[in-house]
Amino acid sequence: MSIDNTNVDLKAVTELPTETGHFGPYGGRFVSETLMAALDDLTELYERLSKDPAFQAEYDKDLAHYVGRPSPLYFAERLTEKAGGAKIYLKREDLNHTGAHKVNNTIGQALLAKYTGKPKVIAETGAGQHGVATATVAARLGLQCTVFMGKTDVERQKLNVYRMRLLGAEVVPVTSGTATLKDAMNEAMRHWVTNVDDTFYIIGTAAGPHPYPKLVRDFQSIIGRETKRQSMELEGRLPDAVVACVGGGSNAIGMFYPFIEDEAVAMYGVEAGGHGLDGDDHAAPLCKGKPGVLHGNRTYLMEDENGQIMGTHSVSAGLDYPGVGPEHAYLKDIGRVNYVAATDDEALEAFHTLTEIEGIMPALESSHAVAYGMKLAAGMDKDQIVVINLSGRGDKDIHTVASLDGIEI
Amino acid sequence: MNRVDQCFADLKAAGKKALIPYITGGDPKPNLTVELMHTLVESGADIIELGVPFSDPMADGPTIQLACERALAHNTSLKDILGMVKEFRETNTKTPVVLMGYLNPVEVMGYETFANLAKASGLDGVLVVDMPPEESQELAGYLKENDLKMIFLMAPTTPDARAKTICEHGSGYLYYVSVKGVTGSAALDVADVKANLDRIREKTDLPLGVGFGIKDGQTAAAVAKVSDAVIVGSALVRCIEENENAPEVIKQKLSSLMKEMREAMDA
Ligand SMILES: Cc1ncc(COP(=O)(O)O)c(C=O)c1O
Repeated sequence: MSIDNTNVDLKAVTELPTETGHFGPYGGRFVSETLMAALDDLTELYERLSKDPAFQAEYDKDLAHYVGRPSPLYFAERLTEKAGGAKIYLKREDLNHTGAHKVNNTIGQALLAKYTGKPKVIAETGAGQHGVATATVAARLGLQCTVFMGKTDVERQKLNVYRMRLLGAEVVPVTSGTATLKDAMNEAMRHWVTNVDDTFYIIGTAAGPHPYPKLVRDFQSIIGRETKRQSMELEGRLPDAVVACVGGGSNAIGMFYPFIEDEAVAMYGVEAGGHGLDGDDHAAPLCKGKPGVLHGNRTYLMEDENGQIMGTHSVSAGLDYPGVGPEHAYLKDIGRVNYVAATDDEALEAFHTLTEIEGIMPALESSHAVAYGMKLAAGMDKDQIVVINLSGRGDKDIHTVASLDGIEI
Repeated sequence: MNRVDQCFADLKAAGKKALIPYITGGDPKPNLTVELMHTLVESGADIIELGVPFSDPMADGPTIQLACERALAHNTSLKDILGMVKEFRETNTKTPVVLMGYLNPVEVMGYETFANLAKASGLDGVLVVDMPPEESQELAGYLKENDLKMIFLMAPTTPDARAKTICEHGSGYLYYVSVKGVTGSAALDVADVKANLDRIREKTDLPLGVGFGIKDGQTAAAVAKVSDAVIVGSALVRCIEENENAPEVIKQKLSSLMKEMREAMDA
C-alpha cells in the first residue's frame, strides 16, 4: 500500500483530501452506517461555512480576542546556546487561553456546532487539554458538554479533570480496553451513535472519519501560517526546519500544512518513543506501525499480526494513542515529513531543561518536540533556524513529573 | 446457489421468517464455538452470524465488548474463526454462516487472502460493520469472485439516496439497525421499524433483516411480522457471559432462548 514518492506534486498534496476524504490510500470514512448521514451533513456544512466570510470573521475574532492570537514566535536564546547549533524559536501555543493549541480547533468546531443548532457537544480526551478546551468553549456558548476520558488518564491528569468539572462539563471515565485515549474515542463514538440527533462530536485531533482530519487541520493551520509570517518579520526568511510532537497529529499538521510547498523547509514529526522503539512500550505508529483501519480512517497503527490494536505507552497522556491522522500517514509515504521519536526520558529531560533555562514549562507532549528539536539544532549551522511548536504548557503535568522525581505534592 | 439465497428461498416457500443468532467466535473459549453453533442450529437458527473479535468494537455495547475481550484473552484470530467455520462445515453443509466484525483484521490479512480462505472454509457472507459501501469496492470484488455475499447495514438515519446506493451494493440480505445506538441498546419501536422497512422495500428485492433490541419471543415475533429475518445478538451473548465456566448451562440457555423466539415467530 505504499506510494511512489518520486516527483510528487506538492501543490496537489495541499489540495487533499479528495472529496471522499482520502489522502492517497489513507483517510476515508470507516464508521457504522448510523453515523454516515451525520458525517455527510457535517461535510456539507463545513464546505459551505469555510467559504463564508462571515464564519471566517467570527472565527478570526474569537482567536484574536478569546484565545489571544497571534501567539508569539519566541527566540529561545539560552536554549539555542545550550543546544549549540541552529537558532531555536518556539511557537508559543502554550500561551493560548486554556494552555494549548487544542483551543484553535474547539473554537472552530463549536462554531460549527452552533450553526447545526445541536445543544450538546461531546469530546474524547487524553491529557485533558482537548477536554478542557471543549468544556471552555461549551461554557462560553452555553452548550451541554460531556467528555470521555480513559480511567488511566483520569488518574494521571487529575488537575484537568477538575478543571473540566469546574467548567460545567461531565467527565465520564472509560474503563473498557486499555482505559486510555483510544478507548475514550471508542466510547465517544458509541455515545454519538446513540445521540446523533442532538449531539455534535468535537474530535480533538486530526484523525477520525472524513471530514474531521480536514477540518481539524484547517482550524489548526493558523499555527503554521502565523509562524511563516513571524519568521519573515523576525528573520526575513522561512525557517530551515520545523518540529512538532505527534499524538493524533493536530498541532503537527497545523504547523506543517502551510509549509508543504516550501520544499526548503525540513519537517520533523516527533512521536512518543516511550521506553524505546526497540520494544513495544511506545506510541509511535508512524515510526514502527503498519497501515490499518481504526476510528473511522485508514492510517498507520500500532497493531499485532492479527489486526488487533496494541496497547501503547507514553509518559504523556496526549501522545498515548495507537493511531495517527491520515494526512501524516500520507506525508510520511511521500517523504515530505520525517517522522522520528523521543523517549520518555528524553522528553522529561527537555521538560526540565526548558523550565530551568528559559522559564517556560512545556507540556510533556510538547517536551518530545523540544527534545528532538534540540538534537536537530545541535547538528545544524549557527545561522540556520529551527522552529519548535510548543503545543502546550506543563502545569497539568506537574503531578506526573513530581511523582517521577519521587516527590509527593 | 449460495446458501444464503437458498435459505431465504426455502423459508419463503415455507412461509417462514429467518432467525439469525449472533455469537462472538472464541467466546467464552475457542474450542466451544463450533459446539455452540450446532446448538444454535438445533434450536432453530436459519443463518449464523459469527462475530470476529476486535480490540476496539466501536459499534458494540458493553455485552459484546466483553465477549470480544473474552475471545481475545484466548488470542482468537480471524484465521481461527475461519477454522471454526471449516470445522462446522464438516457436519453441517446447509446452514449459512456470515462473519460479522470490523475491518482491521480483514485489512491486515489482505482482502484477497481473506476472500479465498473464507471460501475454502465454507463461509457464505461477510458483514463489516465499519465499512460502508463507499469504501468497499475492492473487498467487494474479491468476495464476488468467491461467491460470498456482502451484507450492509441500514440505519434509521440513512437518507433515501444512500439507502438506494446500499441496496445496489448489498447482496444476501440487508441488515436494518432498528435503533440509533450500539448493540444491546434499549427497546425498539416496531411501528417505526415497519415504516423504515417499507421505505427500503421500494428499492430492493433483497430480504430485510432487523437487529438491535430483539431479546425474547415477544420482540422476535413482533419484528418477524414486518421483516424477513430477525437478528439476535446481545441477548444470546449474555447467556454466555453469565455462565462463562459452565458450557452445559450455556447450551441450555442458548437453546431455550432460541426455541422461545422460534416458536413465537412461527406461531
Ligand atoms: C499540549 C499537547 N500537545 C500535543 C498533544 C497531542 O495531540 P496532537 O498530536 O493532536 O497535537 C496534546 C494532546 O492532548 C496536548 O495536550
